[in-house]
Amino acid sequence: MSDQFRSTTVTISNQQGLHMRPAYMFAETAGQFESTVELVKDDIRADGKSVLSLMTLGATQGSVITLEVNGSDSETALESLANLISSGFPAAAKPSDSTS
Amino acid sequence: MKFSDFVTTDAIKSELEASDKEGVVRELVNSLVASGQLSANDKDSIVEAIMKREELGSTGIGRGIAVPHTKHASVSKPVGTVGVSAPGVDFQSLDGEPVQLFFMLISPPDQPNEHLRALENISKQLQDETFCRFLKQSKTPADIQQILEEADDNQFVS
Repeated sequence: MSDQFRSTTVTISNQQGLHMRPAYMFAETAGQFESTVELVKDDIRADGKSVLSLMTLGATQGSVITLEVNGSDSETALESLANLISSGFPAAAKPSDSTS
Repeated sequence: MKFSDFVTTDAIKSELEASDKEGVVRELVNSLVASGQLSANDKDSIVEAIMKREELGSTGIGRGIAVPHTKHASVSKPVGTVGVSAPGVDFQSLDGEPVQLFFMLISPPDQPNEHLRALENISKQLQDETFCRFLKQSKTPADIQQILEEADDNQFVS
């Protein structure tokens, strides 16, 4: 199957922003796909499969992110990763955001 | 945000004595208490909060680096410090390797954006291999302080 580039924009919805635990969750999910995953915020580009790279975005609540995926499973990858961001990383908010 | 905005230079430890995870966390928190950044009364509660955060997933991100952190109401701005352990400490890192380089960060719960800016700066610099190697090789707190100052002057990351 040939590579397929897809992109969409998503807004960081959770109050704490893309802190370390959401970054882990995102990188872990992104790593399950064959497609390359990149996030762009303003002029910063991050590798969606690297926690450290994701953290350099400093993506606070309300930040608009362009999600770019490229590969044979780009359709599923884009849907699942965009959902993760727009749903506000529900699993990362437990048990309490005070320990984030 | 720069390192000088949140790293307490008096609390930097170039030769960590602890040889286990909680020991390192406690040693760095104690160092922040000794430097006057944290109150001695909050010490146990902060160590506990950091360890509780580690239980959700190690902040050992691989390549010998860990960023133990928490949010705690006793601080009014992000407070951090740096520790180096030459032999390395088991931190249940993602890659299973021992950790030599620790960046500790304690942020107020009501300032998520400030917390992110501090993490953003730490992450940006840690992506640079030279910065990490220099820190791991430093022998004194003054060495570490100098490397952080050079990083603040953008000498590692363009």
